[in-house]
Amino acid sequence: MSGDLNHLRGKFAIAGVATFGCGEAPGYTDMELLAQAARLAVADAGLTMKDIDGLCTASASSTMWSMPVVEYLGIRPRFLDATMVGGSSFIAHLMPAMQALESGQCDAVLVAYGSAQRTSTLSRKEIGKARLLMDPQPYEHPYQPMLPMSAYALAASRHMHEFGTTRRQLAQVAVSARQWARKNPDAFMRDPLTVEEVLNSRMVSDPLTVRDACLVTDGGGAYVLVRADRARDLPQPPVYVLGQGTAVWNRQISSMADLTVTAATQSGRDAYAMAGMGPKDIDVAELYDAFTINTLLFLEDLGFCAKGEAGAFVEDGHIAPGGSLPVNTNGGGLSWGHPGMYGIFAAIEGVRQLRGKAGDSQVAGARTAIVHGNGGTLSSQSTAILGTAEAL
Amino acid sequence: MVNQEGGVQAIYQAALDQGRFEIQRCNDCGDAVFFPRELCPGCGSGDLSWFKPSGKGTVYAVTTVRRKPEAGGDYNVSLIDLEENVRLMSRIENTAPDEVKIGMTVKARVAVNDGAGLLVFDAAEGEAQ
Repeated sequence: MSGDLNHLRGKFAIAGVATFGCGEAPGYTDMELLAQAARLAVADAGLTMKDIDGLCTASASSTMWSMPVVEYLGIRPRFLDATMVGGSSFIAHLMPAMQALESGQCDAVLVAYGSAQRTSTLSRKEIGKARLLMDPQPYEHPYQPMLPMSAYALAASRHMHEFGTTRRQLAQVAVSARQWARKNPDAFMRDPLTVEEVLNSRMVSDPLTVRDACLVTDGGGAYVLVRADRARDLPQPPVYVLGQGTAVWNRQISSMADLTVTAATQSGRDAYAMAGMGPKDIDVAELYDAFTINTLLFLEDLGFCAKGEAGAFVEDGHIAPGGSLPVNTNGGGLSWGHPGMYGIFAAIEGVRQLRGKAGDSQVAGARTAIVHGNGGTLSSQSTAILGTAEAL
Repeated sequence: MVNQEGGVQAIYQAALDQGRFEIQRCNDCGDAVFFPRELCPGCGSGDLSWFKPSGKGTVYAVTTVRRKPEAGGDYNVSLIDLEENVRLMSRIENTAPDEVKIGMTVKARVAVNDGAGLLVFDAAEGEAQ
């Protein structure tokens, strides 16, 4: 079949990961956070920056971001990919990185990101104004949707209308994420959280409250991808890429054909097909939770529940610690943190779990993880299935 | 050859500024097209023409953006499906934000302020207002 990518399954591995400055990093720039994470990820892989001959990166504000990153890191990459599909970018980067390694174009790809959005001197209000000018959406902006949140609120309204999903069920997503965060000393918000507290928190764009929304934090994240044979000679246990898929169907929420069905149906299908796996084979799920509705949509679209049933699934405790499907084991964007584009941190948490280094939030015996990124306003979806050597 | 009136975004807005709401139809596949495009997203044809839709629509999804009273108060943002089978974002103006419901029948209206037209909707007669 056209597009069959099974031949790439298990041939590449993430050999190094790192985060830096997650939470609050006052006085740091995006680039400084990226550079520190990159340095630490390369060291984690047992490599030096001179070994890096491929780079993937993206920025939400700089249109030519890959060039200053190359310059800052002092590298001369033979392979460069700056695909920018919002928060899913750093999971989407896996496929071009694998193709470049497969072709022999390069030998070690660094994927890196940094954002100082919480403590930046440039306020988010100023950034928002600049975006209206630089990236106009003339058929939406005149109505002043609070983007991105109102787009997700519209999707939530539709999910509630079609399937009877409730605000309590959405709140349970936030509560489950918090329960995971309470096990993770690196999470930004670790206070106890109840469904009632979510329901009674400040409404922002109905039906979503401030506690249905991800945090705003600083942070850098990076990982290093190499061919599997090389990864086996490096210090960390390799985390293999078993499957990957990316799908973009629209940019604007008003152009989405069905607000209850995302392009994750396509990215997930492609990732499962490449891996030769299905949802039942997955031990841990890291699903980009920009808003509580995201987790429900991705549980359904990635096949963990039937369409319309994720609300009940979550309410029954399935995604919380002790549930049948560990989801967002670091606390997710809702409670671990959300430095602007979260995808790379979902991938890093998947790696942490598969290395068995997740401390109190470790899922015992985890061999496979699905890591899923979302970008824009349910606009881009990118899915990867990662596994240990036992999953090959 | 470029159109002397400009691209379709400018043409759409110029019609709104004159109080007219017009969308496109593909002359090859027959699909109605919104937002305005230089080619049909259904079949790729460049042969599109403008027409006046019925203006009748149904609320497909809804949110209330919360805003402080001193800044103007809460307001509605809706996605509306037109009879012609296209979807767009707009707001329902003659109804309190918390009264706008999915499935409500609405009617398009062009509001022109200082020469700038904006497409808005009102709940149809018989709908709760």
